[in-house]
Amino acid sequence: MGWISDYILFLQERYTDILILLGEHLYIALFSVILGCLFAIPLGILLTKLKRGVVTSAAFTVANIFQTIPTIALLAIMIPFLGIGMKPAIFALFLYSLLPLLRNTYSGIKSVDPGVIESAKGMGLNAGQRLLQIELPLAFPYIMSGLRLTTVYIISWTTLAALIGAGGLGDLILSGIGINNKFLIYTGAVLAIGLALLTDFVLGRVEKKLSHVSQAHSETQA
Amino acid sequence: MIRLEHIHKVYEDGFRALEDINLEFTEGQINVLIGPSGCGKTTTMKLINRLINPTKGKVYINGEDISKINPVSLRRRIGYVIQHVGLFPHMTIFNNVAVVPKLLKWEPRRIERRVNELLDLVGLDPETYRDRYPSELSGGQQQRIGVIRALAAEPSIILMDEPFSALDPISREQLQDELISLQENIQKTIVFVTHDMDEALKIADRIILMKAGKVIQEGSPEKILRHPANDFVKDFIGKKRLKQSEKVPAVDEVMIENPVTAYPTRGLAQSISLMERRRVDSLIVVDKQKKLKGYAPIFNILEKYTEEEQTLADVMKPFEHVVEQGTPVTVALDLMSTHQLPYVPVVRSQQDHTFVGVVTRGSMVRLMADVYPGQGNEGV
Repeated sequence: MGWISDYILFLQERYTDILILLGEHLYIALFSVILGCLFAIPLGILLTKLKRGVVTSAAFTVANIFQTIPTIALLAIMIPFLGIGMKPAIFALFLYSLLPLLRNTYSGIKSVDPGVIESAKGMGLNAGQRLLQIELPLAFPYIMSGLRLTTVYIISWTTLAALIGAGGLGDLILSGIGINNKFLIYTGAVLAIGLALLTDFVLGRVEKKLSHVSQAHSETQA
Repeated sequence: MIRLEHIHKVYEDGFRALEDINLEFTEGQINVLIGPSGCGKTTTMKLINRLINPTKGKVYINGEDISKINPVSLRRRIGYVIQHVGLFPHMTIFNNVAVVPKLLKWEPRRIERRVNELLDLVGLDPETYRDRYPSELSGGQQQRIGVIRALAAEPSIILMDEPFSALDPISREQLQDELISLQENIQKTIVFVTHDMDEALKIADRIILMKAGKVIQEGSPEKILRHPANDFVKDFIGKKRLKQSEKVPAVDEVMIENPVTAYPTRGLAQSISLMERRRVDSLIVVDKQKKLKGYAPIFNILEKYTEEEQTLADVMKPFEHVVEQGTPVTVALDLMSTHQLPYVPVVRSQQDHTFVGVVTRGSMVRLMADVYPGQGNEGV
């Protein structure tokens, strides 16, 4: 049972570093996802409004390609352009977040019953009102699940960002490997997992609170 | 009033949806557009709120060319109900009904009052239903909300695109009945699209029958049933329905062609003996040109019997009710029952008054029995 007291000792010594790295990790991940949302959600909406299918499929192909580049490779590719540190890491992760957000926004808005859209149009809602009052609220569960998915795996991929000097919990794991310290490795891994789970849980609660449709559905089922 | 003038609609792929449509939708009536799918009925309706713009031609509402009105503000003045309800699933019933009043920036208290009033109108208790979501309501209830939502901002025109076609038969019948009684109170100009002839015949004040982008026939349901313009209309109405309307025979078929008549110059004693011989209690008086003059019931004749100079012309009474040749039997039957008449004379036409025969209750009974043998079984 000696390792427990050893571990507590380890935490006492290192907790400030760990908290700083945790903060960095969260910062990198959330910054990339928020950037991704700001870019992908409006783009997804725009794509639903385009009549030319070519543009839509081109956008999806590009997003798909980003998705297929291995994480380490993409991080490495960033170095010549953006150097090392947080900036290239955030940019690479931002590129990864695009596809799921884009796809879910697009299919969320496309899934809105055309009858609903038509009656909204026929009742005299203009394009902006239709988007804000009808399409976005109804696509919300889709967009939200895209956001949850993205956030969870961006948080886990952020550990790799340490490779290009961005910091975050990956630093703990990397230095743990370097000096063969299990405590460092496990602490980094467990915190990354915990952070992902917690974020997913929080976003799930937010979704439930904001989505009237799922609320109405659960009421009917009850 | 809505007027469509020389409307053509050609889609980008070259499909000619509408060709030279000229129509007027009567104010305060239910105008039903009907036809097989692809005939352009929905397209025609959507011209009115500019969901579709014509390739050529103009639409006028109360004399105003609607291509000059902003489509969004135009639509807020026109109620719209679609087939698949189209309620907003993420909004409560209250918010659904309040959509247009909110767009028009009504005061909250006015909106509240209006929504409650409308829910009461279709028999849904506001307290119970206003905070529910559409998915918690039955199909029939949902479409009731769809209808009152269209009424919310008090538009004078309401467009309905096959609103009841997705409902089960019982709810459909109920909603049709409700629409008819609602319309009696609200007197809106309703343009109603359907492909269901039974529905059209039931609710329409006017039917406009379309095929392949053209208007084939328009008129009252009665007129379309009685005088279908061509074989297409006949087919579309269906043999069964046509038969039902044709089955009511004209008075010609049931009238007695040689009833007991007498000239006005005939003396009273002569008349009595004629009546005795033919066993009737009144005489129909016609002149030598067979023009109907009136009738002389036995009591009128007996009253003056002692005055030898009197003739039938002095005692006869004019007919208050006569029917023309070709009138449906039902009309004659109606006259007889409302005015308690033993018989109704039939004339060639109301103008020339040439007497051709008489319809009695007895003659009608015989024909009724012949023509409607299995009526009870058919459930007509």
